[in-house]
Amino acid sequence: MPSAEELKERIESALPGAAVAVEDLTGGGDHFRAEVVSARFAGLSRIEQHKLVYNVFGDEVGGPIHALSIKTSTPTGDRGSGHSAGTPSS
Amino acid sequence: MTEAEIRDFLANAIKENSVMLFMKGTPHQPACGFSARTSACLNALGVKYAALDILPDPRIREELSQLSGWPTVPQLFVDGELVGGCDIVTEMYETGELAQKLGVEQPEEDPEPEAPQPQRAPLGLENRLD
Repeated sequence: MPSAEELKERIESALPGAAVAVEDLTGGGDHFRAEVVSARFAGLSRIEQHKLVYNVFGDEVGGPIHALSIKTSTPTGDRGSGHSAGTPSS
Repeated sequence: MTEAEIRDFLANAIKENSVMLFMKGTPHQPACGFSARTSACLNALGVKYAALDILPDPRIREELSQLSGWPTVPQLFVDGELVGGCDIVTEMYETGELAQKLGVEQPEEDPEPEAPQPQRAPLGLENRLD
């Protein structure tokens, strides 16, 4: 059963320099929430940012890791844009 | 149904429905909190969308993840493109990006019911005393 600490370490080694916080939401070792701040996310859409984190765990997400909720951002606070840079809503 | 047929079916569903949600359960009876939250965002925006319950056959989920490269369910597709799962959809709903992407108005912040306030007081005690 994975622990929050293990998930944190694995994300950190996959994304060097990233600031990572992982929380075990239920205490049961299968529902996690990860907050990841990494310069690697710059210029990527949210989908791409989240995929970088999911990819650390491959098939384990949806398996032993039943749910991994992700929040990503860059050190400059860029939360990732959508696919197209549309005009911001007024 | 073979794996290939399931994959074709999923690809078609994504192609033919401009707003396509894959979820656990249905919008009326979601079987998972994440699916419930995601469909609630779409419901709040009042958009029409197609929803497919992935639970009846475990292969649906496997083929879907193969197709999208996204490991978990729910998954929302708009115009054939994966928008995200519960976290992304919820965040985009809150920032108004989802409404923008779907071409609808963002609802007012306070969850005021749709019905406008009646101009005149409804039939009440006073009216009856007249």
